Formats: sequence, C-alpha cells, structure tokens
Amino acid sequence: MLEFDTGGTAWVLASATLVLLMTIPALAFFYGGMVRGKSVLNMMMMSFGAAAVVGVIWVLWGYSEAFGSDIGGVIGNPFEWFGLMTMSVDDVSGSIPTLVFVGFQATFALITVALITGAIADRTRFAPWLIFAGLWATIVYAPLCHMVWGGGLLGGDGPIASALAAPMDFAGGTVVHINAGVAGLVLALIIGKRVGFAHEPMRPHNLPFVMLGAGLLWVGWFGFNSGSAVAADGLAGLAWVNTFVATAAASGTWMITEKIRDGKATSLGAASGIVAGLVAVTPAAGFVSPVGAIFIGGIAGVACALAVALKYKLGYDDSLDVVGVHLTGGLVGTVLVGLWSTSTGLFYGGGIDQLIAQVLAAVIAIAYSGILSAVIGFAIKVTIGWRVDQSDEISGIDLAVHGETAYETVGTGRVAER
Amino acid sequence: MKLVTAVIQPHRLDDVKSALEGVGIRGLTLTEASGFGRQKGHTEVYRGAEYTVDMLPKIRVEIVIGDDDVPAVTSAIVQAAQTGKIGDGKVWVTPIDQLIRVRTGESGPAAI
Repeated sequence: MLEFDTGGTAWVLASATLVLLMTIPALAFFYGGMVRGKSVLNMMMMSFGAAAVVGVIWVLWGYSEAFGSDIGGVIGNPFEWFGLMTMSVDDVSGSIPTLVFVGFQATFALITVALITGAIADRTRFAPWLIFAGLWATIVYAPLCHMVWGGGLLGGDGPIASALAAPMDFAGGTVVHINAGVAGLVLALIIGKRVGFAHEPMRPHNLPFVMLGAGLLWVGWFGFNSGSAVAADGLAGLAWVNTFVATAAASGTWMITEKIRDGKATSLGAASGIVAGLVAVTPAAGFVSPVGAIFIGGIAGVACALAVALKYKLGYDDSLDVVGVHLTGGLVGTVLVGLWSTSTGLFYGGGIDQLIAQVLAAVIAIAYSGILSAVIGFAIKVTIGWRVDQSDEISGIDLAVHGETAYETVGTGRVAER
Repeated sequence: MKLVTAVIQPHRLDDVKSALEGVGIRGLTLTEASGFGRQKGHTEVYRGAEYTVDMLPKIRVEIVIGDDDVPAVTSAIVQAAQTGKIGDGKVWVTPIDQLIRVRTGESGPAAI
C-alpha cells in the first residue's frame, strides 16, 4: 500500500480550489471592471471560455505534455498520460496522489491562459480567442511548464543547472507570468490598438469590481504560492508569509509612486499593486526571507507602476496592463531571486551564478513564448482574423459578440408570440 | 407657465433645494448632467495617461412654475447656487405651451 501524506494532500486539494478561484471569478472581475461598460461581459467571458477549453485540454494531453517522460528537455510525452486513462487513484507524485497534482497544475494552466486576455480587451472575436487558448496551452504553456517543473532544460537537471545553478521558479515567475506577459505583448501587437486608443478616455467602468477581483486574487494566490510547496509544512508557511507581505509592500509602493507622480493614490493603483506584488513574489515565495519578500514586492510595486505608462510611449495597446504588471513583475521577481535567495543569492554570499541563471531562464522563457505566441497569433490573423467589425467595437462588443449587455434594462426586446 | 432650468454645481444642490422650498416650490426634477462652459476642463494623469477632463459633473434642476413666480424662483436659485467662482452654472426660463397633470388630466395653470 502506498503512503500519502494526508495533511499535504488536503492542503494541495484546498490550494487547487483556491487557484481556480483566481480565474473564476477573481481575474474575470479584476479585468471586467477595468474595461468600459460595453465590453465587460466579453472580458469576463474570455476568462470563462479559457477555463472551458484549457480545462479539457489539460486532462486530455496538457498534463502529459508537462509532466510525462521527457522528450529532448522541451516537452513531456503527450500520450503517456493521455486522458489520464492509465492513472490510478493509488499513483503517487512526491507525497500526494498524482491526481491531486494533476488538478493543482490544471488550475495554473487556466489562470496563465486567462491572464493574456487583458492585453486584447474590447476588440477580439470570441472564437479566435478560444482557438488561440487551446493552441497556446498546448504549444506554449504545457511545454514551458515541462521545461521548468517537469524535468526539462530549465529545471534542476538542465544545462543551466549543470553550468551555473538551477534556475529557481517557486510557483511560476517564468512559466506563468513572463509567459503570459510576453504572449499578451505579442497579441496586442498582432491584433492592433482599440479604436480611439490613447485619444479617447478608456477608464475603468467599475472600480469596485477591480478591487473585488484584486482582493480575491490575493486570497487565491495563497493556494498558488503556498500550495506550490506541495506539502503542508514550514516551506508552505514561508511561502504564505512571503506572499502576504510582498503583496502588502507592493500595494503600498504603487500608491506612493502614484501619489508622488500624479498627486493621488488611486483604487486602481492599490488593486494593481496587489497583483504586482503577487506576481513578483511568485517565483521567490519559498526561496527568500520575509524581509527579502518585502524588498521584492516593494521594488515590483514601483517598477510596475512606472511600466504601465510605457504603452502610451511605445504605442502598443496592452489594454489592461498584462505587460506592465505580469511581464514586468515576473521579470522583477525572477531576477531578484538571484539576489535574495537565502541559499544561493548574491546578497547571501552565493555569488553571481544564481543571478545569471535567473536571467537566462527569463530570456529563454521570453524567447520561447514570444516566438511561438507570434506564430499562433499570425496564423489566426491570416486565416479567420482576430477583430470584430469596427462598428461593433464602437457600439459595444458585448451585444455584437454575445447578444447580451451587462447593464441596460430597456430596449431588450419582448417575448415572441407563440 | 414657464419652465425654469438651472444647471448648477453639485455641491450647491442642497442649498438650492432649500431656497426653492422657501419660495413655495412643491416639485422639481433633478438630472445628473455633465458639460462645460467658460470653466472649461483641466488635465489630470490617470494610470500613466494624461486626460483632459472637459466634461465636468453638474446637476440640472427643472421646475415648472406660473409666470408670476419667475423673479422669486430665479433669484432664489441664483442666490443659493452662487459661489462667485467660475463654473457656477446658468439659469434660463422658457415658455410652456401646454401642461397636463397625468393623474387627473387637469391642464393649464391648474396642473402646476
């Protein structure tokens, strides 16, 4: 009889459920509140749609691609665990049932795909998005997940590990945030700007939604980071405390940055600072001290608050700042692990090897995600096309694409005579 | 019969309402409005983007009164709404051709 750590199993099951909360509905509300009222349903639907597509893919072949037997350091054998058909309830992964690990990892795939949607708000047809979500989960997410966590070339047995030090990514700085951030940037460039971008105001239509979403993300993220200990132990506790304190620091420094630069600390800034801190502490959560986490979160809050203005200077419509928050925060966290890692970081006498390994892992993640996201994005652009008609975009994508509106209560028609 | 329309600063609404009650007005209609006049707008930075805020929030008050009440009502509104700063708004008076009270079907001055 195989032995499970029942406490750890219970915590990872609870964590998986918390991470699902991050996509459904936390991210949907966070993004939904940030768009204009005429496109809130479409924004939320892109997260819900990603969950529908990626959830099935993960069980059929995604998990196997990520955690099946290694092929060339890049991908796991997609047929090994296809449909989980050969997996038994007695199978063990570490000290927990493998099926629990499958579920926990499934929720990571969902949130990563859904994060991208913030870059393509208000203008993207629903079907191309769902097709992209499925292809991207298969071609980009699962292989990168394999490279970092499934025994691939960015893991503890890869070439960077043998040459310098094993790249450290506790819960997804590269796999989740750099990955989604780069894909968001690529799609924003391929799909193009919204009508009126940078000319007409596109302020959030419902800031309480944004704050609700950010608050739920913070709660769910304890599953993301602390659950990534894959045990109920002191490491899970360290990740919990670091996730808590880095986020508080980032929300604070974002508000201070705004106050100094713009004169007011905004609710959007407080909410975005929460996400920036969560993103940055993700790769670091189990590797740094709580004071290190305060530094990482605090630096990320300032960096991301400054980075969200770049899109106006550089002219890409990353509508809800996936690049500014997730790519920037993911890079800050991933690189700073090389300084603050208590085992191998530069500040702890570990020399510079860890820092270089972190930068290399980040660069490889950017290149891999960037190139393949662009291939999928262009393939969709030249075949079925990405965008809704300009008139539909102006009058509102909710009604045009889904036949619904979030708020209007008049003019919704009448029941047809039978 | 006249329609008095006043566009005022939102923070003056309570005083305007009291002043109108003071001159015996028993009904009015309020609308949240936005617009600009000589006050124009101002620029502000939000989330890294600079916005010109040219439509500022105002309150529109509409009251239907008899011809004789016009001087008292308009001066009550102006006194109560005035801060002396740019952006205080405007009051104008327009004639009404016909007026009907929905509940009773009464028409003309009796419907005021």
